[in-house]
This record gives sequence, C-alpha cells and structure tokens, in this order.
Amino acid sequence: MRNLSERAREARDKKAAIGPDVDLATFTAEPVRHDYVPDLKRLPEKDRLRMIQAGIDTAESGRSGTYIQMDTAVVHSHARQEGLEVIPIKEALKKYEWAREYYWKLVSVDADKYTAAAELHLHDGYVIRALPGAKAVWPVQACLYLDKDNISQYVHNLIIAEEGSELHVITGCATSPNLKRGLHVGISEFFVKKNAKLSFTMIHHWAEEVMVRPRSVGIVEEGGLFLNNYICMKPVKSLQMYPTTHLVGKGAVARFYSILVGTPGSEMDVGGRIFLEAEDTRAEIIARAITNGGKIINRGDLIGEVAGVKAHLECKGLILNGGIIHAIPELQGKVDGVEMSHEAAVGKIAQEEIMYLMSRGLSEEEATSTIVRGFLSVDIPGLPPQLKAEIDRAVDLSSKDVM
Amino acid sequence: MLLIEDLQVKLGEREVLRHIDLQINPGETHILFGPNGSGKTSLLMTIMGYPQYRVTAGKITFKGVDITNAPINERSKLGIGMSYQRPPTVNGLKTKQMVQICGGDRKVDTEGMAARMNFTDFLERDINAGFSGGEIKRSELLQLMAQEPDLLLFDEPESGVDLENISLIGSTISKLLQRDFQTQPGKTQVQRKKERTKMGLIITHTGFILDYVTADKGQVLFNGVLSCSNNPTDIFNCIKVMGYEECVKCAI
Repeated sequence: MRNLSERAREARDKKAAIGPDVDLATFTAEPVRHDYVPDLKRLPEKDRLRMIQAGIDTAESGRSGTYIQMDTAVVHSHARQEGLEVIPIKEALKKYEWAREYYWKLVSVDADKYTAAAELHLHDGYVIRALPGAKAVWPVQACLYLDKDNISQYVHNLIIAEEGSELHVITGCATSPNLKRGLHVGISEFFVKKNAKLSFTMIHHWAEEVMVRPRSVGIVEEGGLFLNNYICMKPVKSLQMYPTTHLVGKGAVARFYSILVGTPGSEMDVGGRIFLEAEDTRAEIIARAITNGGKIINRGDLIGEVAGVKAHLECKGLILNGGIIHAIPELQGKVDGVEMSHEAAVGKIAQEEIMYLMSRGLSEEEATSTIVRGFLSVDIPGLPPQLKAEIDRAVDLSSKDVM
Repeated sequence: MLLIEDLQVKLGEREVLRHIDLQINPGETHILFGPNGSGKTSLLMTIMGYPQYRVTAGKITFKGVDITNAPINERSKLGIGMSYQRPPTVNGLKTKQMVQICGGDRKVDTEGMAARMNFTDFLERDINAGFSGGEIKRSELLQLMAQEPDLLLFDEPESGVDLENISLIGSTISKLLQRDFQTQPGKTQVQRKKERTKMGLIITHTGFILDYVTADKGQVLFNGVLSCSNNPTDIFNCIKVMGYEECVKCAI
C-alpha cells in the first residue's frame, strides 16, 4: 500500500501519452456528502431521469444488482442474485484479503497523472464479482454520477468473472442537469477467468464542460469471452481513453464495440487495444463514429503475438455536418501465421440511399435518420437480447438528437 | 392515369430523353423495349423523380396532379413505385424493416409476403447487402407488394434471375398489376379487366417477361426518342428478326 501511494506521488504530474492535458487543480476533489438511499425510488426525480438515459433502471426491473455513486459517496450498493457480489471498493479493500490481489494489478498506478490521482484521492468505486460457476440472469447496473459543480471524481472499479461464470454489467455515467463543469477519472480492471463470460456495456452521458479520463485494462484466460461495448452520443468537453485487453489463455476472445457521436465543441479520443498472447485467441474491434461538428479520433490497435490468432478491426465514420474524424487503425503481427485485418472508412451519407428510401415513402429527414440508425446498429454476437435491447434503446434515444 | 407530354430530360449535360409523349390509362400495362443506353432507365428514374434527371421541357401528370417537379416521396405517396435494377445497400437496415417502411401506416404481413417470395431467410439481412441479381429482384417485388403502388415501374425485372425463380417473378408482377387469373376467381374475365386499375411500365431486354405478363402496348425507345407503339409481342418479334434500328423505322 505504501508502495502504491509512493509511486502515485511520484507520477502526480506525469502527463498522459495522448489527449489534451487536464489541470487537475482547477477541480475540487473534496469529498461531498450524499446520504445512502436504500430505496432507489426515493432518488430525486431529476437525477433518476438522467440515470435512465445512461441505461440505469431505478425500478431495478431486469437487474441483478445495483451500484450508484454520487460524486464521492456511495448511495446504493447491493446484489440481488446469489453468486453475485456488488461491493464498494473501499469496503472490499478493508474487509477482504482477495480484493488486494486485484487492485492495481493490471493498470499501473504510475501510468500518468490520472492513475496517480485516482490512488491519491480514491473516492470509492465498485467491485462486481461473479463467483465460480454463477450465471447472472440479468445485468448488474452501476452508475457513477456527477452532481456537484466543478467536482473531480476519482473511482476505481474491479470487475471479476470467476471461472465458468457469466456476468453482465451495464454501467452508466451521467451528470446532474445543473452541473456545468467536472472531471471523471475511472480506473477499471477486468478479470475474465477460465471459461467465464463477461459483457460490459458502458453508456456515457456527460455534459458540455466535462473532462473524462477512464483508464482500463482487462485480462481474459483460457476459453473466456469478454464483450466490451461503449456508447457515447452526448456532448463532452474532452474524452480520452484507450482500454486495453490481454488475451492470455488458449481460445480467449475479446470483442470491443463502440458508438461515438461527436457534437460541436466535443473532443473524443477513443481507442481499443487487444494483445493476442495465446494460441487460438480471437479479437475484434468495431467502431462507428458520427460527427456533426465535433472532433473524433478513433484508434484501434491489435497485436498478434502467436501463430494462428485471428483479429479484425473495423472503423467507420460519417461526417454529417462538419467536424473531424481521424481513424488510426493499427495492426502488429509479431510472428508468422497471424491473420489480422482492418478496414476504415470515413464518408458521408449516400444521396442514392436517401432517394431509394424516399421512393418507398419516407421524407428526406426520415430517410436520413433511418440510414444513420442503420449505420449505428452493429450486431454483437453473444450479447443477451435484453442487453441488445438496452443498447438499441440508448442509441434510439440519442440518435434523435444527432439529426 | 400517367400522362407525359413532350418531355425533355438532361442528365448532366447530356440529353437523354427527347420529346417523349406517353399515356398510360388506369388498368394498362406497357412494355418498354430499347437497346442499352437508349434512355429506358432514364425515363423510369424521371417518372420516379430522381433530381439528377433534369426536366428541361414538358410535363408529367399523374392522377391529374402535375408532378414534373415533385420530390420523390410525394410521387411515392401519390402511388408511384419502382422495382430497381441495382438498388443501393443500406447498411444496418434489415430487409424486414424496409418492407415495413414500404407499408407506411398500413400493417403489412411481412412474414407471409416473404414466404410467398421465397425470401424468408433474407428478412434479417441488411437490405441488398451481398444480394445476387435474382435476390434483388425478389426483394424489390416484396417491397412493392407492401407498398401497393398504382403505377409500377419495373426496370428489367427478369435480368439476373435464374430459371427456377423466373416464373415466380413473372407471376408476382402479373398479380401486382391485377393481370393474374387466380385472385377474385368468382369474377368473369371481362369484369376483372374492367375493374383493373393498376398501371405498369416494364423495361425488358430479353422479352422473357412476356411469357408471364400480358401487356396492352409495347413501345421502343431509341436514342432518347419514343417511337413505335404497337402490340408488344409484334414489336418483340420484329426486334428479334430485324434489330432495334429497323424496327423503329417501320413505325415512322
């Protein structure tokens, strides 16, 4: 522990490799008091509405657990299914020896000033764990909420799917309607054990002056499957993240899907990196980006380290109404016998498609939004239908604003 | 009724249609013959309202409404529908959703219609994505079944269709144009013909479609000029023996 804080202190001014630098001192990291809310229905309506837009169902129908953190305080945390655990990380680190074995195991505490600050100011976060063989019937939901203006929120999350388990997590990040400026730094470490299946769907719903710096790394063991979905269709000042996953066991599979919409004034630098380190591993990164005035940098990096691995990267962008899309797909094959490919395209909506739909009776606007909706819909193999519906709902809610 | 009067059309700087006059009365189906590049598709696209086909003179009237400058979707709402030869792929838009779009506010039996078109397996696929020539034709007809237009424009409905599906395509077009003998079996031929309202304009290269669909008139489009209005089978036979150029001469 002493070692971690020492390393963090040394890295406290270390700038990140990519993304605009954030002056952390302009935000306040002081703890904010929010009372624990045993009954989610008693959350203020304005906050509940914001959470719903980020995929959080405060009625908890079709959820097997909930974690909600407002600013720096945990306001709700419990699991509703046997075999699943939902625990605030501070409590877990205090009570359970095993939690220490995962904490800062994959992400380096001294990677940059954000990881360092997350250690020095830790404002909780969640530990979601599926015990060996447990199969989650419904997804666990987690919400990291910014309420107090000018707050900086530092969280650390551990997501653990033990051997043979199946875990689905939907995590929504949102801000209160009166918050103007804020910073969210979230460390996430994913552990997908042997033959386990984890789907992690993150929906971001920030505000125009919010800075976001997630840092996440995952590891997938033999026969494991990790589905990582990310949706950000709302304004954000600056978002930079480059989640990384290591496939270390035979036959491990990782699939990353992201849907980004860049509104005017927003800057998003989002990537995905997967190391294929064991035989028969498979990786797929698929991104769909639309800008109507924002700047989107879409990175992807696949690293094939052993023969026989298969990996594909796909990045498609649509420029609807000004803005920039910068696609940076990278492939690194390090041995003979890897099979890796990428395809990237940036363009506009084809007039021919609009007119085809108009000849079937749609107006020009209806035709355009139908095409945009189609562009954003990606088939995610292995995702439970219920989560698929959740993603569709989030995309539908936001794609109306895109036009 | 579709009425086209002295229509002149440019595509870019090129004149593609010259002084076209055409009248299709309710219940009538016309066949449009012509060699490659003669302007057949241009005529259909102009009737449908594609803006790159610029009308420089003349007038198009449908159901008494001047649609010369109407946008595509207004023409569609008035009852004009088209079966395309090479429609674009719309990624992420399932065939099923497209059929429902065609149905508009009406509730359509997508599954049932797809089964009849031997197209059930394609409903969950993105529209036109990787479809073969014949699959495109079946998909287009399925969309028209849902759309139920009054004037149907077919751009080479038999091209790329294998023998197994040609009669399905033919009989479906026949039904869409109220020219089959199966529906309304209680009525006499004369009654059926009298009550027929659907109008059709079919482009054909091969003439195969004539084996399945009866038509009232044939027309030959040659170098952007519409000439030779006659019995479609007569025209087809003339073209087969004499070629387009000679056949056009016979009418002048």
